[in-house]
Amino acid sequence: MTYIAKPKLHHPQLPTNKLGFTRRDYEGAISTLCAGCGHDSISAAIIQACFQLDLPPHRIAKLSGIGCSSKTPTYFLGNSHGFNSVHGRMPSVLTGANLANRDLIYLGVSGDGDSASIGFGQFAHSIRRGVNMVYIVENNGVYGLTKGQFSATSDTGSKSKRGVVNTDSPIDLVLMALQLGATYVARSFSGDKTQLVPLIEGAIHHQGAAFIDCLSPCVAFNNHAGSTKSFDYVRAHNEAVNSLDVMPARAEITADYAPGTVEDVVQHDGSVLRLRKLATSYDPHNRIAAMNYLQERHAAGEIVTGLLYVDPEPKDLHAHLNTADTPFNQLGDGDLVPGSAALEKINAALR
Amino acid sequence: MPQPLERTNDFVIKFANVNGSGSASANTLFAKSILRMGVPVSPRNIFPSNIQGLPTWYEVRISEAGHLGARGGVDMMVAMNPQTWDKDVASIEPGGYLFYDSTKPMPPSKFRDDITVIGMPLTDICNRTYSDPRQRQLFKNIIYVGALSALLDIDLKEVEKLIGEQFKGKDKLIAPNIQALHMGRDYATKTFACPIGLKVRRADKVGDRIFIDGNAAAALGCVYGGATVAAWYPITPSSSLAEAFARYAARYRVDKATGKAKVAIIQAEDELSSIGMVIGAAWNGARAFTATSGPGISLMQEFIGLAYFAEIPAVIFDVQRGSPSTGMPTRTQQADILSCAYASHGDTKHVLLFPEDPREAFDFAADSFDLADRLQTPIFVLLDLDIGMNDRLCAPFAWDDARRMDRGKVMTYEELEAGKDFGRYLDVDGDGIPFRTYPGTHPTRGAFFTRGTSKDRYARYTEEGGAYADNMQRLLRKFETAKRIVPKPILRRASESTPIGVIYFGSTSPAMNEAMEALEARGVHMDTLRVRAFPFHDDVIDFVLQHEQVFVVEQNRDAQLRMLLVNEGGIDPARLISVLHYDGTPITARFIIRDIAERLESLNLAPRMKVVS
Repeated sequence: MTYIAKPKLHHPQLPTNKLGFTRRDYEGAISTLCAGCGHDSISAAIIQACFQLDLPPHRIAKLSGIGCSSKTPTYFLGNSHGFNSVHGRMPSVLTGANLANRDLIYLGVSGDGDSASIGFGQFAHSIRRGVNMVYIVENNGVYGLTKGQFSATSDTGSKSKRGVVNTDSPIDLVLMALQLGATYVARSFSGDKTQLVPLIEGAIHHQGAAFIDCLSPCVAFNNHAGSTKSFDYVRAHNEAVNSLDVMPARAEITADYAPGTVEDVVQHDGSVLRLRKLATSYDPHNRIAAMNYLQERHAAGEIVTGLLYVDPEPKDLHAHLNTADTPFNQLGDGDLVPGSAALEKINAALR
Repeated sequence: MPQPLERTNDFVIKFANVNGSGSASANTLFAKSILRMGVPVSPRNIFPSNIQGLPTWYEVRISEAGHLGARGGVDMMVAMNPQTWDKDVASIEPGGYLFYDSTKPMPPSKFRDDITVIGMPLTDICNRTYSDPRQRQLFKNIIYVGALSALLDIDLKEVEKLIGEQFKGKDKLIAPNIQALHMGRDYATKTFACPIGLKVRRADKVGDRIFIDGNAAAALGCVYGGATVAAWYPITPSSSLAEAFARYAARYRVDKATGKAKVAIIQAEDELSSIGMVIGAAWNGARAFTATSGPGISLMQEFIGLAYFAEIPAVIFDVQRGSPSTGMPTRTQQADILSCAYASHGDTKHVLLFPEDPREAFDFAADSFDLADRLQTPIFVLLDLDIGMNDRLCAPFAWDDARRMDRGKVMTYEELEAGKDFGRYLDVDGDGIPFRTYPGTHPTRGAFFTRGTSKDRYARYTEEGGAYADNMQRLLRKFETAKRIVPKPILRRASESTPIGVIYFGSTSPAMNEAMEALEARGVHMDTLRVRAFPFHDDVIDFVLQHEQVFVVEQNRDAQLRMLLVNEGGIDPARLISVLHYDGTPITARFIIRDIAERLESLNLAPRMKVVS
């Protein structure tokens, strides 16, 4: 396998965003994943979200662990710095990067093996700390790159391509994220770009730990009858609680919605999450109710998707630590080094 | 009975206590009062991996000659722990002294007749004076300090002054402490023939030196080195480094106007996470470090390989302890040399620094961030428990205000904008060190993908053999560059020319200085070389080649530094003779002298030794 650059030529009239970039400017190298892989749809959704939000590509840092999902940052945002770290350890690298420069947008891309098995601890602790990031798990229930072993998100009773039935209980990363204090929690499906793109946009605007569990069927090893992570199964069992539009600032509600079916959530940066309720009783501001709902629906065999929880005024790790506004990587000797006079005083106190 | 020991400004006193009894601050007070009299001391805590109830010792060597290494043996035992009584009493040198709490009578069989026994009813005095149990315990410690001041002829004014300094801001504690001090002193003066044969006499041998532990000194070095991110996981004996950093940062890194911190300190969930955060922060242009001990280094292996191969700066303090496995968590060793030098799978090697004392821990800590940025690789600063967790007299800290952080080769927006060729792994200067960019520098230029997989000079993924080998060769060139910029070894020539050399490093320093002085006085001449870094400077290899036999003194079982010398310096192993001390106690001059003398004899070099009459 080699690195494949995409041809730079494109149609002269490709639409541009406010920064003058075309969608192509947010692309990366050509994907080397299997044809039809759900992960490529997620890459496309990330590209579209960043394009639509008019983000300067170089102000985004994309980090990942190891596995098929973690390869994808090569395939989007070619003008962003990327970091393909070690298996299951993206969250710690991202946390460190975020501490060094609070001004960039941090996109963590991981898989179910990477986040629910080897990196379960790092997933949990980065969420606990409230790192300001968009943490996307491309969840296919299997280890693709090592050819189809079950991962920890595989449902009990789900059948592998070789016919083995999984007997272990699944880890639901959305429930975990809720329990651990994530302030923006969503689930989506790689096959539903309409749902996924605004969820990513809302997460990017969110100034805290945003977690998106994105079901992303593995066409090579987990897309057969008997699997609960196949395209067919997810389509048949997908129960969206709401649909989302993200707007940079609040606008009049012009469409004709029944009263109580639309809610505008204004996030800290002024962006607006316009939620159209599909499950009328679902309240995305009630963490405990959300957890109960998810468990009930999971027991009924449904896959609940949508924006499941949001705290519009989150506190992030920098707030907890009360760190300076200037990114650490821009502080110089004058900011950091106390100098010889202070050292003389220290010496004097040590005699 | 042998003659009671008569020694002034040259003896060892050991306090046997129970941990959690508040003895530590009284013992430190005792040691510092002697320092204030201008007499060098070197205290050592000998403690268990436990919080309350187990035995703990505090050993103070008083040495006007300035010997700061552990000596071995005890001239006076302050036996405050019945649990360890028998062993404590047995450890006293013949002619030595035993000071104990005589409240409860002890059978004569519990004593020795070749030592001077000084019994003082400490518990009884406390119970009569204080009603609060905690006060009884705490003031008991101060009372024995008072008694010792009379017995050893310590200037009481110095102790009083120190109490005043210690409780500054909590002034109402000063008077009762001074009162307890006097109570002890008065009792001793009235009851015993003071002073005894062991005496402290005012001298002028401390000079401008400071008294601090290596972990705190290293932490301060991190502040001066510009570290802004610290990620750590608690582990003895390194935790106090991270905690000291937090203390210094609270003082020197909080913006006075906004109250905001120019530092982030994260207690991570484990060592994997702490090194991951360090790597992420350093990748993004902050100076970052972690502090750990051997087990933590084991856990960090995969990440260390990533930092080596992807070329990301990182500073790792390894405060070494007794190992392998959980080993002896509260004892000292120099046994992580190899696991750090070759940390991680595959062909990797790393820069190691070996500070000898707190002053050098400060210097090397600050330097390590420059080295990490300059070399874009992990830098290991190898302390050990002996220098990390004990107060040590050392040269005062110094800082040149003209000094600036060396951020290494970082390509700027302006350079990228001007069209300068950027290849993340391109060796433009022939020193093996490529340029890097910080994320977010330029909208369309200078972005690259960092990965642990193999890549070409422009950071593009490749499994092509030629490109892989090219990159691995460049990493070797970079390691050659490191040789030239790491701290050089320090050579000390014997007074006469000699075919014998000694190599040592790190906390072995004070014991070695003392041993060399003694051997030299006995007519044994040896050149010494203190190695301060790996990769070895050419001078290290030359030193070995210039001597017929070279002793390599280490505090581990397997002669790890010797292995590195043989392996990396291409040295004939027959030239290198190991002197190995690894029982978890700090190496002593006595040990070095005995071991080297024996080996010289067996090498038939004994005639070189003259008997001094």
